[in-house]
Amino acid sequence: MSLHTLTVCQLRDKIRTGEVSSREATQSLLDRIATVDGKVKAYNWLNDDDALAQADAAKKDGALAGVPVAIKDVLNVEGQPCTCASKILQGYIAPYDATAVRKLREAGAILVGRTNMDEFAMGSSTENSSWGTTRNPWDLTRIPGGSSGGSAAAVAADEAFAALGSDTGGSIRQPAALCGCVGLKPTYGRVSRYGLVAFASSLDQIGPFTKDVRDAALLLGVISGHDPMDSTSVPRAVPDYVAALERGVKGLRIGLPKEYFIPGMDREVEAAVRTAIRQWESLGAEVVEISLPHTDYAVAVYYLIATAEASANLARFDGVRYGLRVKGDDVIDTYGKTRGAGFGSEVKRRIILGTYALSAGYYDAYYLRAQKVRTLIRRDFEKAFAKCDVIVTPTTPEVAFKAGEKSGDPLKMYLSDIFTISVNLAGICGVSVPCGFAHKLPVGLQIIGKAFDEETVLRTAHAYEQATAWHKERPVL
Amino acid sequence: MPEDKGQFDVAYVAHLARLQLTDAEMTQFSAQLQNILAYVTKLNELDVSNVEPTAHAVPLTNVLRKDEARPSIERERVLANAPESARELFIMPKIVE
Amino acid sequence: MEYEAVIGLEVHVQLKTHSKMFCGCATAFGAEPNTLVCPVCLGYPGVLPVMNAEAVRKTILSGLMLGCEIARFSKWDRKNYFYPDMPKNYQISQYDLPLCKGGRVGKFGITRIHLEEDVAKSFHFAETSGVDFNRAGTPLMEIVSEPDMRSPEDAFAYLTALKEVLIGGGVSDCDMEKGQLRCDANVSVRPVGEKKFGEKVEIKNMNSISGVRRALAYEIQRQIAAVKRGETIVQETRRWDDDTSVTSVMRTKEHAHDYRYFPEPDLMPVEVSAAWLAEIRRAVPELPEAKRRRFVAHYGLPEYDAEVLVADASVAAYYEQAAAGSKNPKAISNWVMTELLAKFAENTIAPAQLAELVAAIDAGQISGKQGKEVFAEMFATGKNAAVIIQEKGLAQLSDAGALEGLVDQALAANPKSVADFKAGNAAAINFLKGQVIKLSKGKANPQLAGEILARKLQG
Repeated sequence: MSLHTLTVCQLRDKIRTGEVSSREATQSLLDRIATVDGKVKAYNWLNDDDALAQADAAKKDGALAGVPVAIKDVLNVEGQPCTCASKILQGYIAPYDATAVRKLREAGAILVGRTNMDEFAMGSSTENSSWGTTRNPWDLTRIPGGSSGGSAAAVAADEAFAALGSDTGGSIRQPAALCGCVGLKPTYGRVSRYGLVAFASSLDQIGPFTKDVRDAALLLGVISGHDPMDSTSVPRAVPDYVAALERGVKGLRIGLPKEYFIPGMDREVEAAVRTAIRQWESLGAEVVEISLPHTDYAVAVYYLIATAEASANLARFDGVRYGLRVKGDDVIDTYGKTRGAGFGSEVKRRIILGTYALSAGYYDAYYLRAQKVRTLIRRDFEKAFAKCDVIVTPTTPEVAFKAGEKSGDPLKMYLSDIFTISVNLAGICGVSVPCGFAHKLPVGLQIIGKAFDEETVLRTAHAYEQATAWHKERPVL
Repeated sequence: MPEDKGQFDVAYVAHLARLQLTDAEMTQFSAQLQNILAYVTKLNELDVSNVEPTAHAVPLTNVLRKDEARPSIERERVLANAPESARELFIMPKIVE
Repeated sequence: MEYEAVIGLEVHVQLKTHSKMFCGCATAFGAEPNTLVCPVCLGYPGVLPVMNAEAVRKTILSGLMLGCEIARFSKWDRKNYFYPDMPKNYQISQYDLPLCKGGRVGKFGITRIHLEEDVAKSFHFAETSGVDFNRAGTPLMEIVSEPDMRSPEDAFAYLTALKEVLIGGGVSDCDMEKGQLRCDANVSVRPVGEKKFGEKVEIKNMNSISGVRRALAYEIQRQIAAVKRGETIVQETRRWDDDTSVTSVMRTKEHAHDYRYFPEPDLMPVEVSAAWLAEIRRAVPELPEAKRRRFVAHYGLPEYDAEVLVADASVAAYYEQAAAGSKNPKAISNWVMTELLAKFAENTIAPAQLAELVAAIDAGQISGKQGKEVFAEMFATGKNAAVIIQEKGLAQLSDAGALEGLVDQALAANPKSVADFKAGNAAAINFLKGQVIKLSKGKANPQLAGEILARKLQG
């Protein structure tokens, strides 16, 4: 068996016992990347020598001792570039570590490379990257989902033992579903956002991509916790997520939101999800129908709030202190030219939408109204969680689509996030786990939990995973 | 929510956002954004007159830091990232009001 | 027709803190360019702000000193505009829920006080501009006045009094040359008696309090002259040029900003609990005006003395300590004002030592003239008055028994003078007093010697 197919827990145990070295594991991974990444294009930056040097220096006692982890190109890693897949950050070298990255280092992880993404995490297909499109390892003509498509594809293709991504409206769960791996979006405030290049500050959250639920629990435990550098990080103890996995689902109440099983949903996707639900029932869980009545408004709310926040967050990319500069006649001209040339279409479109939603005379009608409907969506979940412990939905309404298929119609692309967006608006947690195939492509099951109840979400996912073998399926490359 | 979809002025908004757009982009964005703005008018269906807006996903207040000075970062490192620097300053084309 | 001006001021004050508003970089004036910077205050990708507790506290303290209503709930907003001195191209500020509302400076109203972050400093060269981000992120308090001022003198008085309060509270050093206090003005004119405001003009770039006065005087005359010529004043921003003493157009209303304020998602709101407010209230110092009134009432000082002593908080504190141990607060005031004030910075005399000196004079131990000699010695050596009097042998002979002996000697030795006195020549007593002092080698208390002489001669 090749080392690169191991899970994080398996590899870490082998490194701890001295059966394999971190260098061997890292080299095996680099070989795998060299073999398949020409097709998948999951990474946009690698430094083999640096990765091997880290491996040689890795300590052997941390939670991730010697295990290589891939990082989405939106997180700052000291001494590495951080382009957010944008031309505008060309030449920028991060002078600091994101808190989640620092925690990985402290746990002994090797920061092996940077994974591709939609520019500034704006997109659902990883087609909006200045580095080129990442491909779905199950079908190279299809997209891996996005925006963390590189992280998802890397884990699915055994090009990473695990990866970090970011999720603003589904950017971890959706690509995890489309690539057939586990992707966890923690509760807002659980993982420090310090060092994560902001897309929409009130929605963004960092989370792990892994090959199974146990690894997700392990990584979440490593990157979670209060950070004095992030005012929105919550001072709350970090439980032992791995230990919580074994508690089973007997008596657990699983809520099925009627609004999520919509007409027009892919029949095979729905069938896979329904089968999974029966699986939990057979394990002793109870299924209850719930309602999330404002679901239909989530996409509209999301695109107003996220683009408004993004319009301010991306204002700093102006060619003064770092990154690209396209020289103009004066400062204003330089700003316009730099930003016009540095940002791709989708980013520009969202900056325009967000700027408009905040501009004089429109704030109340767009931004403020969206924030109020956000309250209604949050309340929907509060009411629902009075009746159930977790909520289960399909992660996406359909499987991975063909590259180029939706790039001409942004609204159609936005609507494909319909099942994941509400979780970010409510600030709660959710995980996507593989639950079978439709049209020979992976289908993801989303398990949504209450704020800071990742333990229950992971336990529910783990019970399902133990009873099935979907997570062991691998694409042939 | 304004229904005057014909009034969406991409040029004005692009200037506010300091984005120089090509004519093709102007035309394309204008059509796409009007489509999106038409879609978001669905929020008008809801009565939100007695609803408080949600600005933060977590209910924290007074997240304060002690007033203690900490070391700054070496100047060479930050100027190394600058597209242009001289006299230990970040250099820009001349600022005109 | 007679015209009057309507003036409102926007004052920006750098707070005296060790570190910046949202990061740990030190706040210092005059450091090497771009040495007090970090990813946060440079607006690097991925960074987040964390509020400086002391800056929030000092803003609330300012609000309490100025009689503002302190908001129980206050929040942060992003003010969006592009400028090279603004690292994130938005400024973290407070829009609709500032920390303080209302309040007064003397007879002029305050609208609001809010907290924000300062911008960087730009330098302009022939072809380019350069930016030093050391100042970027310094805590900056904005105090907006009501349009209550009617003349440049009103504005001058407002700024002088405001500065006095803020310095007194230790909130800021308010040094305009270092940019610690900056002021913009909104000015309009209207016919006297008219209730409606005229179109207002904003004036920027005034670098001293007297500059504000001159700029306003110029601008008011300019507007009145324009109106009298039948012109219409348009809403615009003008720049004051201190060298040429004129204002000129910077931007017109058409180029006004569309700031797109929205709640700052990276910062949580501030809630000021009753306990926190009470704690800050305990730190509110007595304001100069109240202190002057108290000096007059409590120490019986003339208003002039109170004014002089209170003008410098450390002098006032010194005075209070000295006066506390004295039966003669007015004499203490005289000593402080005439002898100490000019060289207060080098003073080595403790307040209690000064009180002791005054007591020695009041008790007749030394004369007032000797007192000055003793004071000089105290200032030079730091020794107590009693030690110096002892060392110099300055103490007056005020012992009645000893003096009686000397008086008897003088009377016995000068029978002619005694006879002159008894014959009605009252001045003869002065000669006799002189003889007593001579016999005492100059130490006899003249007043006491005179009294004993008079008693013996009349007896």
